[in-house]
Amino acid sequence: MAESRDADINAQRLYAEFVKGIWKENPVFVMVLGMCPMMAVTNSAINAIAMGVSTAFVLIGSSLLVSLLRNLIPREVRISTYIIIIATFVTVVDFTLQAMVPAIHKELGAFISLIVVNCLILGRQEAFASRHPTRLALADAAGMALGFAFALLCLGATREILGSGSLFGRSLFGEHYEPWVIMILPPGGFIMLGLILLFFNWMRQRKTMRPAIAAEEVRR
Amino acid sequence: MNSNLLWIFISACLVNNFTLYYFLGLCPFFGVSGRLKTAFRLGLATIFVMVITSLCASFLNAFILPYAPYLKLISFIVVIASTVQFVEMVIRKLSPALFRALGIFLPLITTNCAILYLALTQTSKELSVVQGLVYAVGAGSGFTIALVLMAGLREEAELSSIPAVIKGTALNMIIAGLLSMAFMGFAGLFSAA
Repeated sequence: MAESRDADINAQRLYAEFVKGIWKENPVFVMVLGMCPMMAVTNSAINAIAMGVSTAFVLIGSSLLVSLLRNLIPREVRISTYIIIIATFVTVVDFTLQAMVPAIHKELGAFISLIVVNCLILGRQEAFASRHPTRLALADAAGMALGFAFALLCLGATREILGSGSLFGRSLFGEHYEPWVIMILPPGGFIMLGLILLFFNWMRQRKTMRPAIAAEEVRR
Repeated sequence: MNSNLLWIFISACLVNNFTLYYFLGLCPFFGVSGRLKTAFRLGLATIFVMVITSLCASFLNAFILPYAPYLKLISFIVVIASTVQFVEMVIRKLSPALFRALGIFLPLITTNCAILYLALTQTSKELSVVQGLVYAVGAGSGFTIALVLMAGLREEAELSSIPAVIKGTALNMIIAGLLSMAFMGFAGLFSAA
């Protein structure tokens, strides 16, 4: 891929790179990346948000650094370099959360450290930040991070509503609601994400089928 | 002491199965579970990397990390990356056929979060060297069992008639959910003891 020159970048291009991560190339729903933290921490909406914010910080920080250093990093050791840059940012997040919000840090446990091996972050460095100018890399990272956080929140909120009958810890349905406990347990994560992906497939299928159906009607 | 080791093994392998209970190593779990044979071999390679990583993590914990706790993540990931590189070289030298069969999935073991998680929990649980080894073998076998079960189910699912809309990742997720539900039954092992 040819590297775009700095002069070519306008607001429209930046906006396009930013928006694609949120919906069209959503890292979770479309590309199915970053599954592990995705399901492990989404048993409540507040955990999902904490994870989303931490991942966003790491993704944007390492994209910035990788894109600034992109002409200095030798090709042979690029993956190790990216991993070390990412690990540094994750260490920062880990210590910050531990100091500022110990309760959430305890809840998320080792999954904060495991952001290091989130394939979404490494993937963006390899596929985008290492071959584009800084401004584009930042727009891309911010879009992807927002898309990831959006997916986390979707899954987290649904699972919390079904599994404990509450949202952000506030009860929604009153005391007669019998919580669907399986939803906050591990199997619920797999099944809920399966259903959400199913919904996305269905929407995509409808979109591609629509012209065919219309043509059928014209023929009649 | 011996029964203690046995419990560590069973807990890591079945009750708290890394893949189906903690959601670790999902990328290879969904990526490599297409064929039974490859799945099994990748499982074996993962067990080996886990054992080496566990040994190295014990060493780092004893000698280096007390002086520089902020290096924990960075040193673990460097150890894992170099072990995987080493395994890759050994397999290529000893068995070129296996090397070709595993292909791209061999280097990808580095980004298997189960391995980093193993190193981190071993540290936080303060396991001894032997306990750490048993924990690593248990976790690796658990991962292999889950991977092989999943591969078998997917090979079956390929042959049955399924609506096109659910095929692919959505179906795999739901199969994994059912498997995970089945593994929850093993939790009874602990309350019975």
